[in-house]
Amino acid sequence: MIPELGHFALIFSAIVALLLGTLPLIGAHQGRPAWIALARPATDVFALLVTFSFLCLTWAFIANDFSVVYVAQHSNSLLPIEYRISAVWGGHEGSLLLWMLMMSWWALAVRLFSRQLPDVMLARVLGTLGLVCFGFLLFILFTSNPFERLLPGVAEGRDLNPLLQDPGLIIHPPLLYMGYVGFSVAYAFAIAALLSGKLDAAWARWSRPWTTAAWVFLTLGIAMGSWWAYYELGWGGWWFWDPVENASFMPWLIGTALMHSLAATEKRGSFKNWTVLLAISAFSLSLLGTFLVRSGVLTSVHAFATDPTRGIFILIFLVAVVGTSLALFAWRAPSVGLGGKFGLVSRESLLLTNNVLLVVSCATVLLGTLYPLLIDALGLGKISVGPPYFDAVFVPVMVPVLFLMGIAPFARWKEASLPEIQRAVRWALAAAAVVAIALPLIYGEWKTLTALGILLAGWILFTAGLNFFQRVSATRGERSLLASVFSQPASFAGMHLAHIGVAVFVVGVAMVSSYEEEKDVKMAPGETVEVSGYSFTFNGVQAVQGPNYQAAQGEFDLSMDGRFIRKLNPEKRNYFSSSMPMTEAAIDAGLWRDVYVSLGEPINPDQPEGEWAVRVYYKPFVDWIWGGCVIMSLGGLIAMFDRRYRNRRKTGGKQA
Amino acid sequence: MNRYFWVLGAFIALVVLLAVGLNLNPRDVPSPLVGKPAPAFRLAVLGQEGQTMGPEDLKGKVWLFNVWASWCVSCRQEHPVLVDFARRGNGTPIVGLNYKELRGDGAIDMRRVPAEQEVPLALERASGWLKTHGDPYLLTVMDIDGRVGIDYGVYGVPETYVIDKTGIIRMKHTGPISPQILNEKILPLVAELNK
Repeated sequence: MIPELGHFALIFSAIVALLLGTLPLIGAHQGRPAWIALARPATDVFALLVTFSFLCLTWAFIANDFSVVYVAQHSNSLLPIEYRISAVWGGHEGSLLLWMLMMSWWALAVRLFSRQLPDVMLARVLGTLGLVCFGFLLFILFTSNPFERLLPGVAEGRDLNPLLQDPGLIIHPPLLYMGYVGFSVAYAFAIAALLSGKLDAAWARWSRPWTTAAWVFLTLGIAMGSWWAYYELGWGGWWFWDPVENASFMPWLIGTALMHSLAATEKRGSFKNWTVLLAISAFSLSLLGTFLVRSGVLTSVHAFATDPTRGIFILIFLVAVVGTSLALFAWRAPSVGLGGKFGLVSRESLLLTNNVLLVVSCATVLLGTLYPLLIDALGLGKISVGPPYFDAVFVPVMVPVLFLMGIAPFARWKEASLPEIQRAVRWALAAAAVVAIALPLIYGEWKTLTALGILLAGWILFTAGLNFFQRVSATRGERSLLASVFSQPASFAGMHLAHIGVAVFVVGVAMVSSYEEEKDVKMAPGETVEVSGYSFTFNGVQAVQGPNYQAAQGEFDLSMDGRFIRKLNPEKRNYFSSSMPMTEAAIDAGLWRDVYVSLGEPINPDQPEGEWAVRVYYKPFVDWIWGGCVIMSLGGLIAMFDRRYRNRRKTGGKQA
Repeated sequence: MNRYFWVLGAFIALVVLLAVGLNLNPRDVPSPLVGKPAPAFRLAVLGQEGQTMGPEDLKGKVWLFNVWASWCVSCRQEHPVLVDFARRGNGTPIVGLNYKELRGDGAIDMRRVPAEQEVPLALERASGWLKTHGDPYLLTVMDIDGRVGIDYGVYGVPETYVIDKTGIIRMKHTGPISPQILNEKILPLVAELNK
């Protein structure tokens, strides 16, 4: 009964989405206040219906209702409750419903936090979101209905993929989807602005916090996924340039470009067309990612069970959304004026360079991701594009981006003086160079690429600090230093914090790629292996019983210079429902290094108490990679809450 | 027309590519064995104690070599197509390669199966499966430990090879054979090779 209610709620929500996507847009076009006014209540009802529908599916999982096909395929009565709930988005159908849920909440958030937005503008934004939601709901209802019944029901479900039975999975997809879907808001603002023909500073200012919010979620979502792969897959990597990772990374790159371009549009009215195009692109790439993951055109570790009709449907949807948006853009863009003039050296030109580089890097990722498909489509054979391509192409494009990141905050809008910037930053460059030379030497081996990475990271860090304190002392007046620090605009502090996050990330990547050590060894109980000064003593393996799996748990003593540090317990799990054994690595995490042990296979399967294949890693600074992402997100979060966005809206409200 | 249409143009090109891509199967990797002689083996024949069989026994005939196992879900989906093919009886023999009947089955903990029982148990499961679902095979050989599978580059069950009169592999198909693939690819190829 409850799954049917959920299904009905979903059908009703599609009808409401269609109303939301048509009447307010037509009303805004023809100037009918009654139709425009429909946008707000329709959004409320829509969000309510989708949320109800989602809760119904969640209930089916909690109650172990295996007469629902989707539940039977992705859950099991032995599954612990937290995984039963996260199993709701463990498969294709449910993850789409989660996507829908997030989208309805984003729409609701826009409606709640944009009271000061002119009604016509809000109607257009919510209407655009409504249309996109309608398309997605049709997709869910016609090709991927999570409420489909299995009659007669089965006594037991097939269980959730063991890889996904992990706290990381509980949060990784929701964060990622919040990011993907969040770009729909920036997209809706861009479409609304194109429809109204008013691409002004106000539009850019309204878009900025929403874009940043989506970017923050996407950053955290990607970092979470990377961290999960690191500790769950048991082979120590953190990024594999897998098509699905790329699918999430491309919107991130464009989203990053969009945030910077919006800044120029808001402050100086520059790059309006470019900004609109980026907003459309960021969301389009999110949709493209969905297509790539769910249509089966590319092989990937993330591949969902695929179905050709789904692929065709998403492709048609992609054509409808992106095609009409780009056509609208091509039609409206010529009439949009250019912004203020700016000099060759200026904040604008630096932001533009940053944008071009980010877009180029995104294009290289797109090319690498689609290249196997292209070659196959032309009948030229089967190839796969792996990390060597991406490393070779992506890294050189990022180097100038990182370099410019240090300079741009010093450049004035409109016209900046190069000698002035040079004077300001030369000490930062010198300090960065010292660190870049010293650190590799401390680690005992000179690596040019690592030194370059550290140089850039140090450069960003020192210039950020310098720029921040220059501004603090310039605006200090009679106040104490601390008061001046805290009176800086949140967006300014947030920007520098995010840049520092990038620097931290770069340090992690540079250090771990050069100085990590790994050993693949065969170990008998009692034996010791040493990696980078850490010794691991193998105490043997014992059988452990989990709720829905059996595990072989190894025990290792980790010590350094004869001093015992801790025990490490990696596991090899056999889930009852799956033939694939799962590896649970044991990690001793630290600020300066991780040490990481994972169990391979017993050398002789009949003697699990004997020798085992074991993998041990020493990974310096690896946690800086994710730490950097968290700092970036924190910077974005702070910038989002800049007083300026709220104040101006208030004054806008008084005028209206 | 204006210069802003190039973005739309680029997008249309991308969509065409994706549409073409939908009709391709990325898992369909060409086998390096196509055009090469079928790797030799000599394996026990299911249900005929003491008998063995190898590819040279079928020299002079065009035949299909089909990899299957009772634990393989897709094989169940493919099976009626093979049964139909055998019943239509154009004389083309299908030889089954039962691949890792026990070892490939994730539901079985091999540590609990005594070594001497593995072969009888595998034979029993394989012949039981053919009894329930029908036997389209001229004969089935048992690849208990999967070594022949390695020689043939088996990486997913089911797989099917078309082998010509001189013992050369002419085609390999990974995954279940659909009626469409049978009619459009395999049957024409077999007819051509039989000429």
